[in-house]
Amino acid sequence: MYRYDLTDKTLVKERVAQFRDQTRRYLDGSLSEDEFRGLRLRNGLYIQRHAPMLRVAIPYGLLSSIQLRTLAKIARRYDRGYGHFTTRQNIQYNWPKLNEVPDILAELAEVEMHAIQTSGNCIRNITSDHLAGVTANELEDPRPWCEIIRQWSTFHPEFTYLPRKFKIAVTGAPQDRAASLVHDVGVHIVRGPTGDIGFEILAGGGLGRTPIIGQVVRAFLPREHLLTYLTAILRIYNLEGRRDNLTKARIKILVRSMGIEEFTRRVEAEWELLRGAGPRVEDTEVARMRGFFTPPAYLARPDTQPDAHRETAFRAWYRYNTAPHKVPGYRAVYVSLKKPGSPPGDATDAQMDLVADLADRYSFGEARVTHTQNLLLADVEQHKTYELWQALQAADLATPNIGTLTDMICCPGLDFCSLANAGSIDVAKLINERFDDYDYIYDLGEIDVKMSGCMNACGHHHVGNIGILGVDKGGEEWYQITIGGAAGADASLGSVIGPSVAKMQVPETIARILDVYVQRRRPEERFLDTVRRLGVKPFKERVYAALLAA
Amino acid sequence: MPRCLLRNGQLVADEWLYLAEAAAQDLAVTANAPLIVPFSQWQSEPDSLRVRGGRLGVLLSPSDQIEALAPHLARFALVAAQFPGPGEGRGYTQARLLRERWNFTGELRASGYVRRDQLFFMARCGFNSFELPQSELPDAARAFATFTAAYQTCNDAGLPLKLPRDIPANA
Ligand code: SF4
Repeated sequence: MYRYDLTDKTLVKERVAQFRDQTRRYLDGSLSEDEFRGLRLRNGLYIQRHAPMLRVAIPYGLLSSIQLRTLAKIARRYDRGYGHFTTRQNIQYNWPKLNEVPDILAELAEVEMHAIQTSGNCIRNITSDHLAGVTANELEDPRPWCEIIRQWSTFHPEFTYLPRKFKIAVTGAPQDRAASLVHDVGVHIVRGPTGDIGFEILAGGGLGRTPIIGQVVRAFLPREHLLTYLTAILRIYNLEGRRDNLTKARIKILVRSMGIEEFTRRVEAEWELLRGAGPRVEDTEVARMRGFFTPPAYLARPDTQPDAHRETAFRAWYRYNTAPHKVPGYRAVYVSLKKPGSPPGDATDAQMDLVADLADRYSFGEARVTHTQNLLLADVEQHKTYELWQALQAADLATPNIGTLTDMICCPGLDFCSLANAGSIDVAKLINERFDDYDYIYDLGEIDVKMSGCMNACGHHHVGNIGILGVDKGGEEWYQITIGGAAGADASLGSVIGPSVAKMQVPETIARILDVYVQRRRPEERFLDTVRRLGVKPFKERVYAALLAA
Repeated sequence: MPRCLLRNGQLVADEWLYLAEAAAQDLAVTANAPLIVPFSQWQSEPDSLRVRGGRLGVLLSPSDQIEALAPHLARFALVAAQFPGPGEGRGYTQARLLRERWNFTGELRASGYVRRDQLFFMARCGFNSFELPQSELPDAARAFATFTAAYQTCNDAGLPLKLPRDIPANA
């Protein structure tokens, strides 16, 4: 993984000093609430319902075991013993004390981490495929490119006060596991006309109040131009993006109002003018960055089926919670943070410590955070998966549900977020209580449920196969249900099935939707495809007829 | 009392007047004083302003296009970019375009909502003078040393960057 050099170290240390000074000035009254707000946000610090919330950056989701232990220590020492992993591969702490945040940042800096640009109207953490480097069909490992963009975008002097937040995702495989089509900019590694590696660049995707799928700005960009092209996009956005209305300030609104052709024309024209001045990504720099992401020392291992003679529980776990690896004899192993009854994406300090130990023992000392709010040990020898399963099981980290109905994406909702209309964690709990029969869950197959506590869509509900959105109805928590959304390479926005339902009706509503699927699906047809084939109507009819009758 | 500002790292008294300030004062006194005029006014009533003998500066609003200003740039010894509030960010791009695309070498001033926490980035974009509130002035110059390293190459002459680094050239 990437290791800091003197420049990186200097920058994070100086950031800690800067934030310490800003916090001191706020606490002694020389910075107003309003002035401090913009400064703390650029350091991932929100003032939430109960206490400040601190979001720590995990660049493209990659963690060393040492870093993970530090995250555990912070949870223990400065918080209430847990942290929440997010869809953008970061971690959030819900209970830090404002005056201790500079100390937390200092602890992070010791292990080459920070909270720089994890919120505020600037370029946020770069996210990527959690299977980067281990999935068989990727064109190239996207992480060196993520790191190149991370460095370029960190403290970029021109783009620190954008109209709104700006999120970039980079992928290198045909499957899009990073939801890049709903990012402000999506960068796809592709092969060009002459066979060279370069990028397809998309812009204008996003969720929130106005969900939009990103559109192609450039089908092929030679790789040395990546940063100049991003500069051109950001510059047009910085100058032309709306600043008069917060809900219309994202780049997606600019792209939509200009039209993709005009937006592209503007970007290309700006790019022509600035590309000569750089920064050009030289081959030497690419080679240097690739050097940080070379494959670990894999052993020659036979490709075995370690589950054949094991108990059913292990076999189910192996099937759902491990993924193929490009190296024979290895598997990528998901650490499920979706145990029924606990908030999706949460991990305790003890769990984080354990995963760090397991990473050392089984996966070359590294762990990853997935967009779907689980952890991953990417490089595990197949024949050691049984031992690993036993260890994970003992810590409630082996719920065999990855990719299934109960592997829900869920924002913090009303429990922690001051913007929420409704709870999401408790709805996840209700859904888990209703669907506790694994035979049924496995029979349903691949299906993703995504839940947000308000229009801001941090839980990506628009692109869930089943999306659940919390709405406020006369002070009560109600939920709008969508179906048919998808976040991958075939991304689509879900359609609303009808009027919102009360909290207690959510599990029943989902059960009715699933009934229609089970009755009408073709052999091997995924839920998403059945919805796409049938449309919303049959689902809608069943849900509302049933609810009225109920 | 004249306005105080930070210019090239030094606290100085401002010799410039904005057109609105001049209008409020006795014009006879200020007829030849250096004057900063809003770009919109320069465009709409060029004749009255063009005949002035004294030095001219221009005040850009965030939505003014640098391309529109460029043909007139030689007339101005100073360009001030306006920051109406803490979230404003267009001035950073305006500054880079002025310095890097149009080679403006005169005084480039940040005007409006300017605080020490923005100075480092503003300076890197090419600003060299800063109108700060009185309370910020004593400590403001220290802000240029907030960071002593950078990942990007910018307008860094005069900044204490010990480890400037272009992404392509590596450390
Ligand atoms: S979706 Fe709304 S409720 Fe959920 S975390 Fe985001 S802002 Fe908060």
